[in-house]
Amino acid sequence: MLHKSLFTVVMGAVGLLMLLPIVITFTNSLMSEFELNLNYGVIGKPTPVMSTDADTFVNLKWLPDQVTLAQYGQLLVYSAQYLLLFWNSVGLVVPIMVGQTVVAALAAYAFAKLNFRGRDTLFLVYVMTMLMPFQVTLVPNYIMVDQLGLLNRSGAVIYPGIFAAFGVFMLRQFMLHLPYAYIEAAKLDGAGHLTIFLRIIVPMVKSGLAALIILLFVDYWNMVEQPLIFMSDAFKQPLSVFLSRLSGQWDTVFAASMLYMAPMLLLFLYAETYFVEGVQLSGIKG
Amino acid sequence: MTSVSGGRFAGLANYEAVLASGSFQKAAYNTFYFSSISVPLMLVLSLVLALLLHRQIYLRKWLRLMYVLPLVVPVASIIMIWQVVFDWNGLLNRVMNWFGVNRMDWMKSEAARYVVIMLYVWKNIGYNVILFLAGLQQIPKDYYETAQIEGAGRLRQFFGITLVYLTATTFFVVIMSIINSFKVFRETYLLAGDYPHDSIYMLQHYMNNMFVALDLQKLTAAACLMFLGIMVIVFGLFGLERRYRQFME
Repeated sequence: MLHKSLFTVVMGAVGLLMLLPIVITFTNSLMSEFELNLNYGVIGKPTPVMSTDADTFVNLKWLPDQVTLAQYGQLLVYSAQYLLLFWNSVGLVVPIMVGQTVVAALAAYAFAKLNFRGRDTLFLVYVMTMLMPFQVTLVPNYIMVDQLGLLNRSGAVIYPGIFAAFGVFMLRQFMLHLPYAYIEAAKLDGAGHLTIFLRIIVPMVKSGLAALIILLFVDYWNMVEQPLIFMSDAFKQPLSVFLSRLSGQWDTVFAASMLYMAPMLLLFLYAETYFVEGVQLSGIKG
Repeated sequence: MTSVSGGRFAGLANYEAVLASGSFQKAAYNTFYFSSISVPLMLVLSLVLALLLHRQIYLRKWLRLMYVLPLVVPVASIIMIWQVVFDWNGLLNRVMNWFGVNRMDWMKSEAARYVVIMLYVWKNIGYNVILFLAGLQQIPKDYYETAQIEGAGRLRQFFGITLVYLTATTFFVVIMSIINSFKVFRETYLLAGDYPHDSIYMLQHYMNNMFVALDLQKLTAAACLMFLGIMVIVFGLFGLERRYRQFME
């Protein structure tokens, strides 16, 4: 299959190009502070326009001259803060992920497959809340969080996360195409909504659920604005806020980025297995 | 709420002030321009990638992983690499230097706009590829088999089956792309600060600066205007979707 191989090579080349920033982050995470300063020290320095001296430019090194784990040691052994913030992140992201997936799957079923008055209008309102940039809803959100007494507590980030409209919207789109015939048949056999939902709908939207879980994890692992504004206590903030402040600190930023990416990489590898090959809508599955 | 002393109903005065302000006009134009270029670009690129990844291909799992990985790169690391490439003394200027071209300040020129579009596509394309792939997985294979037996060609199958059954997903991807196009603000802000070059000064910059200046009147007026703009887009998209659903039933 020449065609197939050629395809794989081209796609692989483009993919490698997209991966470059991650590769650079990884190799640079093994460099010493001295070497990083040597290569990148010129960033931000004023240099005359006409100067063509190679020394005035950044020197991008693919491989470190001397491999060292000093950056990782600095983060994990010499500063207790990093691990603490890591667990803060986990404590925020896991409840949001689990909560939103459960709530969203149920709500999406109602929006996609049940008929009730005002369904489409209500759904429109849901979507609208999702579309607003953070800055647009900043003032009312702040007032609400404050009045609920959630300021500086993890609930200020977790509750809005669990009830965010994203998952509802996404899963509804995936459920729209499921044929009514299956639901009708199950109803005739005496199944209630919960049975229909668990035994028919969920198995058919598995790839959608896998995609949702991945995207939720990435979204909330990377959130910066919400915890920054609602949780002023630096010891309660997640890793993402810490990392957004790290830029410019060449001594640890690359290793910190690598460790930060690790859980997402693992999740990707794991969830990949749920991207099963095409659905066989034969109706006699299992 | 207790009323502030001297507070009075302002009518539409705040809106007039915001609409007349040069920086708001600039920000609104830039936001609109950015989204209207980057969202369609993103849609086409990610659909093509997803279709290619859905085909018979070696190492599919690993290729899929490669394309979605930019999603996980943290802001800090992006900014470091961004500086290495686009700084006054950066890599891009070094390469230009080899070719005998004078260096330029990328982030302080019109080029900044396209650098941000590139960053947006690179970072978010994996998001859409995941969505499209999940959508493609849900199309029953028998449809294609039937189409083949009935003599439909590849192109006919693509327009008659793939695109039709991807409509709900596409609708979703468009909306997510718009949302994500607002989120690039995070990177632009951390890199270029409160007052970046004119070409990348977005509505979020404007609102952020009003927040810092404690000018809540202008902030909330601008927020309402942006809300209205987004609402118009959403209504339009929903109208299209409803028409499509009636067509399907």
